[in-house]
Amino acid sequence: MDLTLRVWRQKDGQSTGSLETYQVSGIIPDMSFLEMLDVTNERLIEEGKEPIAFDHDCREGICGACSLVINGKAHGGFSGTTTCQLHMRKFNDGDTITVEPWRASAFPVLKDLVVDRTSFDRIIQAGGFISANTGGAPDGNAVPIPKPDADAAMDAAACIGCGACAASCPNGSAMLFVAAKVSHLAHLPQGVPERGQRVLSMVARMDEEGFGNCTNHAECEAMCPKDISISHIAKMNREFIRATVRGE
Amino acid sequence: MRLTACARNYTLPPDWSKNPKVSGFFGEHFMGRFAKVLQSSIGAKVAMAVTGILLVLFIIAHMLGNLLMFAGPEATNAYAKGLKDLGALLWVARIGLLVVFLVHIGSALRLWRMNQAARPQAYAVSESTMVTYAGRSIVLTGLLVLAFAAYHLLHFTLFATNPEFAQLHDAQGRHDVYRMVVLGFGNTAVSGVYLVSMILLGLHLSHGVTSLFQSLGINNPSYNPLIKRLGPWSGVIVAVGFMAIPLAVLAGVLK
Repeated sequence: MDLTLRVWRQKDGQSTGSLETYQVSGIIPDMSFLEMLDVTNERLIEEGKEPIAFDHDCREGICGACSLVINGKAHGGFSGTTTCQLHMRKFNDGDTITVEPWRASAFPVLKDLVVDRTSFDRIIQAGGFISANTGGAPDGNAVPIPKPDADAAMDAAACIGCGACAASCPNGSAMLFVAAKVSHLAHLPQGVPERGQRVLSMVARMDEEGFGNCTNHAECEAMCPKDISISHIAKMNREFIRATVRGE
Repeated sequence: MRLTACARNYTLPPDWSKNPKVSGFFGEHFMGRFAKVLQSSIGAKVAMAVTGILLVLFIIAHMLGNLLMFAGPEATNAYAKGLKDLGALLWVARIGLLVVFLVHIGSALRLWRMNQAARPQAYAVSESTMVTYAGRSIVLTGLLVLAFAAYHLLHFTLFATNPEFAQLHDAQGRHDVYRMVVLGFGNTAVSGVYLVSMILLGLHLSHGVTSLFQSLGINNPSYNPLIKRLGPWSGVIVAVGFMAIPLAVLAGVLK
């Protein structure tokens, strides 16, 4: 496959970047998108040019490190697919592919396609945890959890914190991410002790980080590589209303 | 959760015991607490939804009152007199409506500003799969409907644009609302403004009414198909209900 890449190049957080065009040839359709970028980088290095910086880690779709807005869609916009699991067979020979970093004021660009996602870490630190006592491990089935609750919690826990929701939202809102974390723990008895404070603290932190607000387009749901449903945002809203009315 | 190596970015875990204790939602700090909730993103969304419901109820009542035009001058003028005779109660309703309007518009503009700030740089290639025209333009349609509401008050309530409307009285000495509406909509340009504004209101409701359920946390597979249709249908019903009157006047059905 021969491709024309338009890639966002930016030296560092202070510089203004721009889209650069590269011609890439000899791409095998079975390569992942990241492997295609690896090949591009090898050729850039051979030519003595600066390789394209991008985030990646596990390359098996579970770590949440890879990002990239591909042709205007987060992770390329294929259902349940992270960029590392996106294969070049989804593209056609001769295609022009535009690759941009996540865009949100809470995700400042560090270099090229790499953005700083520590705002998500700080939201987790504000309440995305449970209190666990030390001591003997309790029996696995000692705490009964209804099957629908366990399923809902598991669906929410699938969130890998990649930031595609905030990147694809027209308002730069991280509500799908925050909702997944709030909903995951609110569905389980282990999350009950901090239930009210968790949602209030995490939402307050999300606002402080400069993320936008949900206007219920559901673009995040369509772009989420883990297919997290916006029903979790409704759950977070219920949790917020409950904690507020109870005066927590 | 993805972890980064930037340890300096980590903050200490929160100490919730230091949070100021508030004695319940309806406790002594009610107004302070209310203001704080409105400051929060989700609190503002909930406020938008609650005020939105009240405004939709007002709009439906207004529309049903308008449709009395088809029942003739007697019904219309008697209804208008009945509303005027409420006296103090009418003012309570008007002030209440104004407060609801201000909270709805104030929250909307604050949220809109925050949303603009959250996405300072647009994508070079932007592809949305879910964003509808009504959803995208809801702030714009809201502001245009607000401008229309101001004109509408000057036109049919304060008679600032047409002072002669104040002199219209029927045989029983009541204000002749029926004649006023027929005269007012007899002007094609005025009718045009009303018709376009009601299409904008319909667009606003088609996203807003469906959206308010999600903001209030109402999302359930059993009701979602109904909720999804409720917005567009309420938009169509409200737009058609309001547009029927200027169209009937222009067509000569009401005279």
